[in-house]
Amino acid sequence: MELSVNGQAHNLDIDEDMPLLWALRDKLNITGPKYGCGIAMCGACTVHIDGQAVRSCSIRASEVNGEVTTIEGLGSPEAMHAVQSAWKEHQVAQCGYCQPGQIMSAASLLARNPNPSDETIDQAMSANLCRCGTYPRIRAAVKTAAAKMGGA
Amino acid sequence: MGAARTIARRTFLVGSVALAGGAAFGVHTIKKPYPNPLLDTLEDGEFTLTNYVLINQDGVTLITPKGEMGQGVQSTWAALIAEELDVAWDDVKIAHGPPGKAYYNAAVIEEGLPISSLDHSGQANFMREKIAPIAAKVMAMQVTGGSSAAADGFVKLRVAGATAREMLKNAAAKKLGLKASQFMTVNGKVITPDREEIPYGDLAADAAALKMPKNISLRPPSEWKYLGKSMPRLDMKTKVTGTANFAPDLRFEGMKFGTVKMNPHLGGALKSYNADKALAMKGVDKVIATDHGVIIIADNTWTAFKAANLIDCDWGKADYPDTMAEHYAAVGAAFDNASYDSRNRDIGNVDTALEGAEVLSAEYKVPYLAHACMEPVNATAMYQDGRLDVWAGNQAPGDLKAHAMEVSGLSQDQVHIHTQFMGGGFGRKSEVDFSEYAVRAAMAMKDTPVQIMWSREEDMTHDYYRPIAMGRFRGSVKDGNIHAFDLNVACPSILESGAERGGPDLPGGDITNAMTIWDQPYAIPNYRTTAWRARKLLPVGAWRSVGGTQNAFFQESMIDEMAHAAGRDPMDFRLEMMNNDVCKTVLETVKDMSGWDRQRPEGHALGCAFVLGFAVPTAEVIEIKQTNDGIKIINAWAAVDVGTALDPRNIEAQVFGGLNFGLAAAIMGEIDVKDGKINQTNFHDYDSLRLYQAPKVEVEILENGKHIRGIGEPGTPPAAPALANAIFALTGERYRELPLNKFVAFA
Repeated sequence: MELSVNGQAHNLDIDEDMPLLWALRDKLNITGPKYGCGIAMCGACTVHIDGQAVRSCSIRASEVNGEVTTIEGLGSPEAMHAVQSAWKEHQVAQCGYCQPGQIMSAASLLARNPNPSDETIDQAMSANLCRCGTYPRIRAAVKTAAAKMGGA
Repeated sequence: MGAARTIARRTFLVGSVALAGGAAFGVHTIKKPYPNPLLDTLEDGEFTLTNYVLINQDGVTLITPKGEMGQGVQSTWAALIAEELDVAWDDVKIAHGPPGKAYYNAAVIEEGLPISSLDHSGQANFMREKIAPIAAKVMAMQVTGGSSAAADGFVKLRVAGATAREMLKNAAAKKLGLKASQFMTVNGKVITPDREEIPYGDLAADAAALKMPKNISLRPPSEWKYLGKSMPRLDMKTKVTGTANFAPDLRFEGMKFGTVKMNPHLGGALKSYNADKALAMKGVDKVIATDHGVIIIADNTWTAFKAANLIDCDWGKADYPDTMAEHYAAVGAAFDNASYDSRNRDIGNVDTALEGAEVLSAEYKVPYLAHACMEPVNATAMYQDGRLDVWAGNQAPGDLKAHAMEVSGLSQDQVHIHTQFMGGGFGRKSEVDFSEYAVRAAMAMKDTPVQIMWSREEDMTHDYYRPIAMGRFRGSVKDGNIHAFDLNVACPSILESGAERGGPDLPGGDITNAMTIWDQPYAIPNYRTTAWRARKLLPVGAWRSVGGTQNAFFQESMIDEMAHAAGRDPMDFRLEMMNNDVCKTVLETVKDMSGWDRQRPEGHALGCAFVLGFAVPTAEVIEIKQTNDGIKIINAWAAVDVGTALDPRNIEAQVFGGLNFGLAAAIMGEIDVKDGKINQTNFHDYDSLRLYQAPKVEVEILENGKHIRGIGEPGTPPAAPALANAIFALTGERYRELPLNKFVAFA
């Protein structure tokens, strides 16, 4: 099967039922998306398919019909996406394990809605768990990113 | 094993050392420094100056041998070294380094001493300053926990940085035939009197051959350029770009992926199993039987997960009761002389004072809790040519190594531990079980790197849980104040549970059972605190703030009950009986921050709590609001006193993070036992705080305390009682059991 990730086409020989998460992590060595629950409850595995935030643990790689973007494709340490810069500016991450998923959710939100209200941010970001409790800074960073991207 | 064993050892040895005055171990053992752990793994062109500084031609690497689990310890420790070593912040490179006795934690032991952190008497200071350091050194525990890193590293890391700096200057002086005092250091370079710049890398070989200078003097705080400032975390860029390596992100050539399936009756045996169906699956390599379950090795993690589901196992029973009712009954039965554990406070005469008084009394209880780190436990290992490498996020690399040696039968120099970032720790990763399975897999799969990732379900159902606990009190008020307070707490002992995993079974009390009840700064004329020990039940362990989580909820709710009975404002009630100025200032600060006395709109209410935990006075106020969807937590304020604040922005993050961690448990945290198995398996039935539920938080950091203190845990304990007290203020209902979503809806 074919899969396009971060602008690169791959040909994969995998079980039909393999979730996108494990195809990325174990077959393509793209380890930015994390395993947290396997049942779309924590959001640590969030990636984009054609810009839409998706829990990669709960969609089969064989059913993906679109371009997959992971945290690695969003920006790089040398050229960060506005959301990543905002995350750094606000020093959001603690353990950091959930943050690729948080950032992918935020980037997808801001692409759809450049100037989200507090309530919209609460809704869009509540599918992503953070056990370190970094939420106050996530809120602040989403707003900063929105401003940087020309929204607010 | 792990945290519990570590704590057990420290409690035991502090006692022994205190009794023997150090003589038991011999002066030689105590004075002799441990060898530099970096010497064992030096590569060509690499030199080590002190245990914490590694230099090669590419620059300086600071060794920060504490587990980074999100608390920012590596950046703070790097700042302590860099402050004296003069390395530019942008150039700082850090590494966990190998395990080593030289990295023993000199501060964590203080929590094990039977002296209050507020006690500055001659005897207490002698214990703290003379005896405890000896015991710490003899025990040589390299552990990240107990909110101890700031105190542990504060002096020794600056001394290491200054020592390395002086060695570099001495090397330059020797080379040029000048005096060391003629040189300066800046941004990783020694500056000659002629303003010539020599990179540290060019001097490292010469410097490493020199003797370490003694009588190092440290720079005064007024000259600090990194410490006391909010420094950008060194791990931030990698953590926001998906390039930080957690253990499960390691990828090696020829790597295999596996998982575990363990007896759901915790501690029960694997009696027999049938793996035929699993082994017939494409991509499954091996199924390895262990005492309590099986390890499945496959081409990828998904296949391993699927194969695990196909294995039929016949499980032995656990040795704890099958139902929650029996677990609580066992804890309730512990309020009995036969289960006495410790009574570290007994002032006045509670029994006499309560005679004939109007007595308030109540019983409280809290459930088991899982750690539920975002990163399920896992480890990677490889055995090749007589060498075993283990990669794992962990809080106790020394324990990990010892256990890996035990499991593999290999010797000290054959086993190599590589500590990775932890995706959350909270105490869970001070255990060694997850590395054990990776080691067993590697030993069975020679020459093959094997990554063992537990499914969330295995992680959730095979934890070392925060114990269930109960609190009972009797109290009376007189003239608007507490006249008598008899506080009793009971729970299973995490030390006793740890003894089952290899730690010593100790006589005497478990200080963790009594944490944050016996040393609180309240002047109450008749005041008795007693900890009781319930029988061993589920496997239990250290959970962020340890005994403080349950005990603070009991105590600070009870104090609130008595404030109400006395007809007093609960904030002023506490302030008036506080007998320590540093603590009192913390509470006054949070009172001001929250505008406690300000009139709130209809449907809003405030609750407060104060806890002295890990020697950090911490006060929190929570504001809630009644909405159509339930109670919404809208604001929180926290004040802490850490003595010296090394990195304010990081401290702030730990305080609001700890508070949110406490709120998650208070609102919805509950693990229970059904038919002998853990009833919750994943985040759908063991959910945690989500963004929409998280309050706005303001944190104020004070520095009035005498000693520098760590802040990973103190934010957690006051959250639950502050919330429950706010709900009482709003509704008039006193909830004496957690989680609170059993009783009220939260919006």
